[in-house]
Amino acid sequence: MDKKMSKQHDTPVNPKRRTTLKGLAGLGLGIFAGGFGIREASAAIKKVTMGFLYVGPRDDYGYNQAHFEGKSAIAKQSWVKAVDQENVPETIAVQKAMESMINLDGAQVIFPTSFGYFDPHILKIAPKYPDVMFLHCGGLYDASKHPKNVGSYFGYIDEAVYVSGIVAGHASKTGKLGYIAAIPIPQVLRNINNFTMAARSVNPKITVQVVFTGGWSNPVKEAESANSLIDQGVDVLTCHVDSPKVVVETAEKRGVYSCGYHADQSKLAPKGFLTGAEWNWSKVYLDYATLISKGTKIPNLVRGGFKEGLVKSSPYGKVVSAKARAHADKVRAQFMKGDFVVYKGPIKDNTGKVVIARGKEYGQTDIWLESMDWLVEGVVGRTKG
Amino acid sequence: MSGDTIDWITVLIAVFGGAIRVGTPFLFVSLGECLTEKSGRINLGLEGNLIMGAMAGYGVAWISGSPWLGVLAAGATGVLLGFVHALLCQQPRVNDIAVGIALMILGTGLAFFLGKPLIQPSAPHLPALHLGDWSDNPALRAALEINVLFIVGVILAPAMAWFFRSTRWGLAIRTVGESDDAARAMGLHVNGVRMLATMAGGFLAGVGGAFLSLYYPGGWSEGLSSGQGLMAVALVIFARWDPVRCLYASLLFGGAGALGPSLQSVGVTWGYYLFNAAPYVLTLALMIAASSTRVRSGMPGSLAAR
Amino acid sequence: MLPFAPFLIPLVAIALSLVLFGGFVGLAGADVQAVYQSIYRGAFGTWFSWQNTLTSAAPLMLTALCTALPARLGLIVIGGEGAVVVGGLAAALTGLVLVDANPWVALAGMALAAMLTGGLLIGLVGWLRHGRNVNETISSLLFNYISIAILSFLVIGPLRDPETLNKPSTHHIGDTHMLGALGDTSIHWGFGYGLIVCLLLWVLYKRTVFGFAVDMVGGNVRAALLSGLPVGRIVFLVCMMGGAAAGLAGMVEVAAVHGRANTSLNAGYGYEGILIAFAARHHPLAIIPMAILFGGIRASSGLMQRDHDLPDATSLVLQGIIFILILASEAVFARLAKRQGSAA
Repeated sequence: MDKKMSKQHDTPVNPKRRTTLKGLAGLGLGIFAGGFGIREASAAIKKVTMGFLYVGPRDDYGYNQAHFEGKSAIAKQSWVKAVDQENVPETIAVQKAMESMINLDGAQVIFPTSFGYFDPHILKIAPKYPDVMFLHCGGLYDASKHPKNVGSYFGYIDEAVYVSGIVAGHASKTGKLGYIAAIPIPQVLRNINNFTMAARSVNPKITVQVVFTGGWSNPVKEAESANSLIDQGVDVLTCHVDSPKVVVETAEKRGVYSCGYHADQSKLAPKGFLTGAEWNWSKVYLDYATLISKGTKIPNLVRGGFKEGLVKSSPYGKVVSAKARAHADKVRAQFMKGDFVVYKGPIKDNTGKVVIARGKEYGQTDIWLESMDWLVEGVVGRTKG
Repeated sequence: MSGDTIDWITVLIAVFGGAIRVGTPFLFVSLGECLTEKSGRINLGLEGNLIMGAMAGYGVAWISGSPWLGVLAAGATGVLLGFVHALLCQQPRVNDIAVGIALMILGTGLAFFLGKPLIQPSAPHLPALHLGDWSDNPALRAALEINVLFIVGVILAPAMAWFFRSTRWGLAIRTVGESDDAARAMGLHVNGVRMLATMAGGFLAGVGGAFLSLYYPGGWSEGLSSGQGLMAVALVIFARWDPVRCLYASLLFGGAGALGPSLQSVGVTWGYYLFNAAPYVLTLALMIAASSTRVRSGMPGSLAAR
Repeated sequence: MLPFAPFLIPLVAIALSLVLFGGFVGLAGADVQAVYQSIYRGAFGTWFSWQNTLTSAAPLMLTALCTALPARLGLIVIGGEGAVVVGGLAAALTGLVLVDANPWVALAGMALAAMLTGGLLIGLVGWLRHGRNVNETISSLLFNYISIAILSFLVIGPLRDPETLNKPSTHHIGDTHMLGALGDTSIHWGFGYGLIVCLLLWVLYKRTVFGFAVDMVGGNVRAALLSGLPVGRIVFLVCMMGGAAAGLAGMVEVAAVHGRANTSLNAGYGYEGILIAFAARHHPLAIIPMAILFGGIRASSGLMQRDHDLPDATSLVLQGIIFILILASEAVFARLAKRQGSAA
């Protein structure tokens, strides 16, 4: 895709027209031909049209908002035109939405940001548009199986969750932490495990109680889970659902600590907010856009944590002790250096089985970790429905 | 699963507290639906009222700084939607359930559209009464932190029963609900009575929505309602059109909704999806059990006739 | 009455809805004319848009029948969503059993299983209504929630393919067993299924004794009973046919789109079908253009977001307005018919 695409955009004409004319009669295009005015930008930088698709509302205080903020950040660049669409279900609708962005808006890069968009939807559409790059958030790219114009990017947000776990471990007095999660999938389980191991590195007696709500967005159930956990003596709550707003606010109301996720929720809980794990998508998107405008080959697999700037921690809340800060900062510095291994044996799961033997370790980039289906010792909960 | 010391008392307290917290919106919507159905019409659009009420209530509370103004505004949008429902339904050949579904779609769409700027801001919440301050059990204290709206609802349920039983207006609604002809013979304005009943029912459903956004879980988001408005219609059927039984049914339903999370929080983690379905299975079972007798006790005659 | 009133009145209602909708987005600060142009461009403006629209319409035709058929009996069933879900689940399971069979056998088996399961679900709703006097609207609504919970439980638990990491699903039915596209288009065969089923049911209603019997039951149950019609069996059969149509939509989702069963089966097709059934006044042939119209709204909703920065809910507002005005037009119909009756 690299060569073809850069060639295509050497022409100063509206790049939208090109792709559209290919498949279609170009009907109705006139209306939009004058859509954006900065066409005469410097000749060295080529205009890039990017399309973003979110599975939920783009202002959900969580996952989709994090992507939307990334998109908004790059849309400010004069040489980027970014279009987006929210609430796109993981059905044929996403195939049609991607094609529509390509055919009607002339998008050259598509960012489908939900995991479920990958198989079969991206895999079906990508071969039809070899000149368009499909960069998927969260999926696994396999060069032997997948089309060349598909890529995958994801952040090791579990590093930031680990740091949250350290802070939570220091803050908890009851030794009981609560994790409200949507469904037991590897991304979620890895976060829970990281959080638990981090907290237990502070105090080995700590347990983490998990509640699965069964869906990515169900505020009543999330609030009810938060209340039940607090009733059971949990004094630090965190979550992995699309929007952590309800959990963080309920924790604040009940006077317990909370750790955020996806985006910065510190404003929602001025008293009890500790820290949180956040994405930094604007960096990823800007990097991609720069590569594309220069015509450089885009890597098919982009991964990274603190070191690569893909994830970050929310600022510490007032209540976080100096000791906790120092400990968390130290761990973060180790992640930055890239020499901190979370999954270092011996590690037992919560049924007592040894899953990682003594002396064995799985580094951050290890693919094995991306198919995690177990919960570490210290977690109360099950991975099967 | 640790399972060594399961604190069942706390589970019970959590389910009890959950029954009140989760049950309050059901209570208001089902009372509203009960009132509407007593007049002989089904309003399936109360889900739309609920969502619209949640949005409008939150918006007005945020702008005005007063959650109670928000509650009023939520009720007012409910009245408006109820008016549209009644107006359309009194036309010939227009089906009330279809109008309800249409209003549900429109109400939801309008609420999502107009509510976009309300997702981020924080509006003031409705106050709660701390009835558990005597106890030093934090779980019990939390469960007894009861919102004023719930208390209003608890008073409203027997009051509505009394209203149906012992007032002239209540009799008018019941007569209209039993038979158009009988009502006309009594000199009642059938459409007028139904319109008032639907608008008042809409008001209550809107208030139920305000409870969602202004108290529990609080905040405005597009996922706020998970079909509470629709389920309330089912509740009325198994409460057999009795407002007091609507109260019990709402509490039962709220408790069933709280059961899944609270069981998981003590380590009972098997089959939470099936626990989440418990309220629906329960309703269905009760509906089948209740209607098998073929005695349609309490069902308004004009609903049974079709 | 005007001879073409049945066509004219809904058309006027739709035109009026578009005007109202224009006023609404205008108030919201959008450029009204440009919004209309985007709707047209996204739904019907190009061959690409047409394919997009017809693909969106495919499941809606089938789910609309789930409400439209029982409505001829005076029953209001809103269980299309549940029938899609259980139908899709049954199709996926059958596809897995028949994974080594000839593709034609496998597809036929999947379609049959889906129709049977969806049909039994809605048939049960009909039976509960007739035999036990359980309100069919509410019981079908409850079955939606229960079906979705069962699907979620099964795909996350016992039926999960461990390879489907972050999107729990059943195993794949195999690429050779997938339902293809119509000719060179990108429209899958679900559209063909929808057309065929709508046409067949129209013939059944118009040209057979069964259709006549259905209309009799719908007209007056007591009279139908007196004339010796097996009312209970007719209620069950009609509900079952409706459920079978929606179940088939679930099979199409599995066989033409996902290749597996997962929670994406619960995509709201069933609920949108209700709207289309009413808009088409429960007429199997009228369902076709109505499904295409609503498919077009679905198809153009992306452009409304991208070109005008309108939220996703905009198309929901448009659907709501159309639905309400079409219902209001029913009243106009009835008045016209009445006036004609009194004039004659």
